[in-house]
Amino acid sequence: MNAVRRKIIKTIKIDTDKCNGCQACEVICSALHSTPKYSSNNPERARIRVVRDPLADIYVPVYGGEYTSAECAGRDVYVIGGKEYDECAFCRASCPSRGLFKEPDSALSLKCDMCEVDPTITEPLCVQWCLTGALKYEEREEEVEEDEAAKPAELDLGLESLIDRFGVQETLAAVARLSRRG
Amino acid sequence: MRYAETGYNLEVDLTLGNIERVPTDPGLVELFLGGLGTNARLIWDEVPHDVEPFSPDNLLVFGAGLLAGTPAPGCNRTIVSCISPQTRLFAFSMMGGFFGPELKHAGYDKVVIRGRSPSLVYLWIHDDAVEIRDASHLKGLGTLETAELIRQELDDPKVQVSSIGLAGENRVFFASIEQGKSSASRMGVGGVMGGKNLKAIAVRGSKDINIARPAEFIELCKEALQYIKVREKNPIPGVMPILAGLGSPQEMVVHDEKWHTENFMWGNARHRRKGFWTSDVQERWTGTMESMRTRLLSCHNCPMKCGAAISVDKRFCSYMMKCFSKLTYTMGAMSDLEFGLRIAQKATEHGVDAFSAPQTMAFAVELYEAGILTPGDMPGFPLDNEGRFYWLLDHIVRREGIGDVLADGTYWAAKRIGKGAEEYAHNNIKKTEQLPLKLGMLNPIYFLMYCTGEKSNITQIEGNFPQAPFETREEREAFVKDWVHVPDERFKQWFLEWETRGEKSIPFYPPAEATCEIVHWQEKMHYIDDSTGMCAGLSSFPLKPPFHMHNLPALIGAGAGLDLDEGTLDTIAARVRNLVRAINVRRGLRRADEKPPEDHWKRRFPELEQKLLDEYYKFKGWTSDGIPTRETLHALSLDDVAEDLVERGILVEGATGPDADTSREGTEP
Repeated sequence: MNAVRRKIIKTIKIDTDKCNGCQACEVICSALHSTPKYSSNNPERARIRVVRDPLADIYVPVYGGEYTSAECAGRDVYVIGGKEYDECAFCRASCPSRGLFKEPDSALSLKCDMCEVDPTITEPLCVQWCLTGALKYEEREEEVEEDEAAKPAELDLGLESLIDRFGVQETLAAVARLSRRG
Repeated sequence: MRYAETGYNLEVDLTLGNIERVPTDPGLVELFLGGLGTNARLIWDEVPHDVEPFSPDNLLVFGAGLLAGTPAPGCNRTIVSCISPQTRLFAFSMMGGFFGPELKHAGYDKVVIRGRSPSLVYLWIHDDAVEIRDASHLKGLGTLETAELIRQELDDPKVQVSSIGLAGENRVFFASIEQGKSSASRMGVGGVMGGKNLKAIAVRGSKDINIARPAEFIELCKEALQYIKVREKNPIPGVMPILAGLGSPQEMVVHDEKWHTENFMWGNARHRRKGFWTSDVQERWTGTMESMRTRLLSCHNCPMKCGAAISVDKRFCSYMMKCFSKLTYTMGAMSDLEFGLRIAQKATEHGVDAFSAPQTMAFAVELYEAGILTPGDMPGFPLDNEGRFYWLLDHIVRREGIGDVLADGTYWAAKRIGKGAEEYAHNNIKKTEQLPLKLGMLNPIYFLMYCTGEKSNITQIEGNFPQAPFETREEREAFVKDWVHVPDERFKQWFLEWETRGEKSIPFYPPAEATCEIVHWQEKMHYIDDSTGMCAGLSSFPLKPPFHMHNLPALIGAGAGLDLDEGTLDTIAARVRNLVRAINVRRGLRRADEKPPEDHWKRRFPELEQKLLDEYYKFKGWTSDGIPTRETLHALSLDDVAEDLVERGILVEGATGPDADTSREGTEP
């Protein structure tokens, strides 16, 4: 039986009515995650993207979530307040059907880490840089059943997406080649 | 590695169909920063001094500001430069929006367009892949329609598009280049783009923009954001609401239009309507704005919301608007706000400047009523003002009939029409239509700004010093308390002593020396912003902005990897300013051109005005004809420019007096 523990759930509340489409969230996210920190920025590397369709008045900030190797079998369209949203506008997945949340150089998936990469950051930077209040940070506690074994490590995730993209043989060959270089 | 800038320009020759990615001289950034500064250098170096605006030899430069696309809030401006068909001088029309940052991410600081394509084309820039594509299917289409079709064609919603409409295609002298929420409107840059048969530039980038000293840079950005938050909660007391906060005047938010509607002029910058702003009008206009405005919008990486999506005919967004364009059509046509917002949608699609277009139309209406333009000139001209404006807009952008004449703007149209029409083109400076403002007493600060400004728009050289004195000493003292932005303490003193009436009031106060300093400071801040791509709305335009002379050197330095202090930044700003002046001087600009509209102020003071100009030219290091002296140019490392001016006989060694032989009269284009 799994142990029960209390866990802090970090939430970003997204108010799409307040988004003004400025993309500051993308800028600062990609800057934080560059190496060294803030040394470059590039929305293509951001773990938050604003799905924008100005003429349809659609502005949806969406965060990078889990990697998936398969795309959805069908795609739904939501009509909300008279505006048509493609289901993908709300989807966090790094998936084969779109270019979002893929590192442009390696095609590795990009996932929001709530800025945990820098322990001094208490509130994700996208929230701090969004002065319009479209992004709000909230924490709540939940009880969860622990299932450590099911949680794939970051390295596994990265390798999995490389294997999906290039196949096992090529990935293995690349690893071998690189390790020979020392 | 290059920091903040990419280090490459994209040079496109549309005559030859040649495209080149050209590395730029890393030394240029130290001399000119980027944006306007390096644009000016290109125009000086590569455009023949006597080029005709629509000649293939005229360059059209889209220059992203040095810091555009970096995390610096509000740094997103693109400066569009060429020789203007309207003023026949150097144009630097600017736009915010998203184009500049996207261009930087694609790996270029500028797109430099030369030549003329044999047929209508658009340019598609996708990182290293750049193509000239056929645009015959886009001919005649609106600016936003064009952008949308290009995005569909390229199958990428993130493509940023700068495009022209019918007005640009037909070389209207006040045609704009539209770009999503922003536009480069002034001085006919859209017409020059049309003259090159270039319908649009589409850009998409996926490269990094690098920062030289990241920790320092990001700290300064955070400080600015913190300041913006506090400043937004504390509007400046004693000034009208649209000037109390940050950003461009908050016309999309503020409903109270008493000041504009009762103090600015209606029609052809003629009629003042005291008592216009009744509660009935307020209620109706507020209702119009609230029903047609669907969302407040920002440019790239900016927390301000100066723009708004405006919906016409039940669409969620028909076009995007900001600032005073809210009222220019309304007031030009003596109509109401709903008409203004509706016609602005058509005007934005056709791509015309929202200052010059309505004024040119109001000018035509006046000429018609005066009998100078006749029913024969205007077949089918409607009876009602609104109908007339739609008719005129349509004829101007198509250059049909009288529209072909009016499309050159009021100055040139009046010359072509004759019969006394010149009297009606009364609101121009250097051949460009100005804000419809007519005032009583000459203001020395504004006199100098109107005279010597080369941006043809007062809002783009004014800002950091209050427009008018505060009534009481207490209010002034409260204002200067946290006024850290001033270059030095003297500025506070001048403001403290500035009275609304009596000895220390306009026109003789501030004294000439102080006036020169105040004008110079305000203009300088704009020239720095135009080179970094910082929006004036967070820096040179509002009172007490987050960015100013005391923190910009650190921000620019940390971003671009330069060793800057206030002194060196000051020198760069002066270098850019003088190079712009030199380009215009080489094209004939002289003291005689530097005057406000005759009727701008009722009470004029010819002697004082000449003294102010004399003092200001001296202060700037210019001759009494407004030409930078050899010493001035030498101190700014612009010796080659001085050489050129001497060789052409424009700059006479040792002479400081005006040289009558080099002055210029307007010539037909």
